[in-house]
Amino acid sequence: MKLNKTVLALAISAVILSGCSEDEQDASLTDGTQNTASGINDASTSGLNNGSGLSGSEMNASGMYPNAGIGPEFSDPNNPLSKSTIYFMLDSSQVQDDFVPVIAAHAQYLVAHPDQRVVMEGHGDERGSREYNIALGEQRAKSIVSMMRVQGVTDGQLQVVSYGEEKPASLGHDEASWELNRRVEIVYQGK
Amino acid sequence: MSFFRKILLIGLVSFYVPSSYAELTIEITEGIESALPISVVPFGMQGASGVPVDVSFVVDADLGRSGYFKTLDKQSMPAKPSTAEAVQFKDWQALGQNYLVIGQVIEDHGQYNVQFQLFDVYKGEQLMGYRMTSSAAELRRTAHHISDLIFEKLTGKKGVFSGRIAYITSSRQGKQSNHKLQVSDADGFNAQTIASSVEPLMSPAWSPDGRKIAYVSFEKKSAAIYIQTLATGERARVAEFPGINGAPSWSPDGAKLALTLSKDGNPDIFILNLMTRSLTKLTKSFAIDTEPTWSPDGSSIVFTSDRGGKPQLYIMSSQGGDEKRLTFSGNYNARASFSPDGKSIAMVHGNGSDYRIAVMDMATKSVNVITDGRSDESPSFAPNGSMILYASRKGNAGYLSAVSLDGKMQQKLVFDSSEIREPAWSP
Repeated sequence: MKLNKTVLALAISAVILSGCSEDEQDASLTDGTQNTASGINDASTSGLNNGSGLSGSEMNASGMYPNAGIGPEFSDPNNPLSKSTIYFMLDSSQVQDDFVPVIAAHAQYLVAHPDQRVVMEGHGDERGSREYNIALGEQRAKSIVSMMRVQGVTDGQLQVVSYGEEKPASLGHDEASWELNRRVEIVYQGK
Repeated sequence: MSFFRKILLIGLVSFYVPSSYAELTIEITEGIESALPISVVPFGMQGASGVPVDVSFVVDADLGRSGYFKTLDKQSMPAKPSTAEAVQFKDWQALGQNYLVIGQVIEDHGQYNVQFQLFDVYKGEQLMGYRMTSSAAELRRTAHHISDLIFEKLTGKKGVFSGRIAYITSSRQGKQSNHKLQVSDADGFNAQTIASSVEPLMSPAWSPDGRKIAYVSFEKKSAAIYIQTLATGERARVAEFPGINGAPSWSPDGAKLALTLSKDGNPDIFILNLMTRSLTKLTKSFAIDTEPTWSPDGSSIVFTSDRGGKPQLYIMSSQGGDEKRLTFSGNYNARASFSPDGKSIAMVHGNGSDYRIAVMDMATKSVNVITDGRSDESPSFAPNGSMILYASRKGNAGYLSAVSLDGKMQQKLVFDSSEIREPAWSP
């Protein structure tokens, strides 16, 4: 079973639902996760929090310059490479003019550094249905991918994943938050 | 408080702490005017060590919560009979009660004998009487079965109190998110986590036999569809293609899964045969096609597509082909769900600023908006077709709500978690 061990930072717990006895049992999963010795996560089994901290806006969970580790140009506010989030209009996957130079800068960097890979993480705001928002997030990511291809970035450097509305950047439920959540994050994978 | 802890620990997980539960409260926000007056008298108890579940309390809560009944509070009861001989029907008639439920719970070597009788107060006659045996852990389920029996006897509709609901919760601790797929009884008790991950979990779908749940997990930082067997916790990964692996929907015979894959470039609907693992592509548009749902007779699939510019519902043969647009009112219609009788579909209906649950009559194609929230989503029919469970939000608080098909009766289910969504009612 081929599994990428490094990305499996999860814990799956499964619970029997029959409810007739109180025994504890162990079993192994038929599929996949037995390969990972690491990744134990006790947070997955604690009680639910009561929702404090779920309001307000929290910008960019990874800090101001999420790709800072790639090179100094990624944390220079005067360099377009320091911008790694592309924002979109409601129900649209069309890239707005403001972001064209940012995407071009990343494309140039990737052409000059063919060993660098990026993941385009597509996201949407919370309105509408969840699976449709997954599709919309993917279209947003793909519209950036196609711009970069035109500029010479190779397919092997470009990967797409859509999280739809499942990973909001801002946790509010108003227009200000929705604007921040309709986005694609360009995430460098390092070497 | 009884809850059970039969836990299956898988692989890497070291400890399981039972999640806090009973965090659910249910408020009936709108009831029907014709609710039937019924008195559920506290059951007589016999036994040394007491009874872990107040069976009559659970029955009273079930019936009251359904909106079909108006239950009498204990303080107003003229007597607390637990045998038929002790019932004075005149006293209950004087209080305007139509029906009376009495019963007893008798402990016998760790098992419980539960008996109940349902009376028509005006005729002074018994309509129903049962005796059943239950373990301590099953007492709450037994109570729900009693509620189902009474409900069906008096309304002619199957009760849904012994069903289960699956849903997704999220919580955050600092920058870390924690997503859970949980299953609880229909009244929110016995909530159990069947999968949890720091990456999103989505789109739980019950198999038609109620034994498995298909869902989407991003645990490997890309989407994959898993099918998990509830009794054993065993799970299988059934779709892990490049791009989207989403929106699983079981065929009525449980042999196939309709799903959304974008491996060919854009999101299309495919059928996965679960026995042979063969894939059939059903839609081929250049637009988004997603959120398939099977008609109960298996002949057609309704799905969401933006091929006309905006997301709307379309219907096609489950063999593929014969694609027709279904919705024309409103600029956003998505996430369809068939009623168990196939006569209507529920959907998310957007009018520009608000997203609400609407029901379409499949014969007339008329659409009726039945909720009044701002972001209502994920409608799921109760197995008897009488109610639709959906996710709603007010301010920062997410909650589940249930509404009757005509929109006249509404219940709000408030869980402890402020991020609760994607409810799915078990078959």
